[in-house]
Amino acid sequence: MPDVQLLIGTPKGAFILDSDPQRADWALRGPLCEGWPIHDLIVEPSSGAILAAGGSPWYGPAVWRSDDQGTTWSHSSEGLTYGDGEGTKPIATIWSLATGPDGTVYAGVEPAGLFRSADGGRTWSHVEGLTNHPTRSTWQPGAGGLILHTIVPHPSDPQRVWVGISAVGVFETRDGGATWEPRNKGVRADFVPGPPPETGQCVHKFAMAAGEPETLYQQNHCGQYRSTDGGATWTDLSKNGVPSQFGFPLVTHPRDPKTFWVIPLTEPDEGRFMPEASAAVWRTTDRGDTFTRGDRGLPQDDAYLSVLREAMARDTLDPVGITFGTKTGQLWHSSDEGGSWQLVTGNLPEIWAVEAVVRD
Amino acid sequence: MATVVLPRSLLTLFPGVERRHEIDGANVDEILSGLDAAAPGMRDRLVEEGPRLRRHINVFVDGQPADLTTLVADGATVHVIPAVSGGTD
Repeated sequence: MPDVQLLIGTPKGAFILDSDPQRADWALRGPLCEGWPIHDLIVEPSSGAILAAGGSPWYGPAVWRSDDQGTTWSHSSEGLTYGDGEGTKPIATIWSLATGPDGTVYAGVEPAGLFRSADGGRTWSHVEGLTNHPTRSTWQPGAGGLILHTIVPHPSDPQRVWVGISAVGVFETRDGGATWEPRNKGVRADFVPGPPPETGQCVHKFAMAAGEPETLYQQNHCGQYRSTDGGATWTDLSKNGVPSQFGFPLVTHPRDPKTFWVIPLTEPDEGRFMPEASAAVWRTTDRGDTFTRGDRGLPQDDAYLSVLREAMARDTLDPVGITFGTKTGQLWHSSDEGGSWQLVTGNLPEIWAVEAVVRD
Repeated sequence: MATVVLPRSLLTLFPGVERRHEIDGANVDEILSGLDAAAPGMRDRLVEEGPRLRRHINVFVDGQPADLTTLVADGATVHVIPAVSGGTD
């Protein structure tokens, strides 16, 4: 019988919730990682270890690692630096983690850059090809800073990785990080005049369709998008029934390449909460051609809720479990693919990250 | 030889490491590098790129505010203290 875990990142440390496959009752542990602000958590597939990314305002950035499901932790930032050169900005924190098909662990940091580890996060090396991209001097931060927040490795080709940087856009490497190409054609940047630039798009989150590495879905500052050519071109989906083009998280179904979930929020200058203060998660089952509102169990009045980019996750059970956490500390779970929702806990700190894990 | 006194919140990151250490070093930079022998990775927690002390880490040598270049005399006491300015709401 598998166990299900929810890994939660907050400004006041990491938390873990444990449940059985029914996913009806959850036991909370935490705060972990000594109360450090944690932006992302993942599980290393080869070992089952939990990796947590963050940074202490006093002690700097580090990746935490637990090989006993969160009971004990170690931490390291060895090699997580741009160097001591004049004008070099210190790395403030780590925003994102991912693992590649060859076991490489990737870390996305602030100010935006990519690092990789061949030893499970104990030591790191800088992926200089991205930092040396010719557009680097033009990169501008979004509201959350100049951050590399999304890493999507190809599931079988270790040479290919996509990353998302705010407010710069999507990049892809096909040579293991030596060179990178912007992947933003067709994505609007309504906050600058003229036609969309090559870079400067405010990607909020993107994810890969199950079993279709060339199919990517994106939640942007300026709309929801689909690409069927590995990000080379994007199709705007924001006229297809969602109540707002703005939002942060997006998660894809673990088996159905046509299904993904988003949480639209009111426009950035109109509060960034769920439209009409009525909570809902929107699901498409046709690659974004249409979207369906799911709100059963969610508060429909006075729900001024906001959900950040890493704060929604899905598990791999059937039916799929979906979980999202709000900026005001409520954690909501659906064990029927978004059909109905239950409040898991309402008193966590601001929720920055949610990851769902099924352990056999 | 200087006596180095570490803060509780740093010790929790390095289980088993003692609060007080006797370390040889001509300046604060060398003292903090010496801490890595007792606790590998500790210097990274206190020193950022530059190199310079992290923004919210204060070091005092015999009670006086110090930076990485501050000289440390034989018999001095070096306190490492998290600044009141750090933290999140």
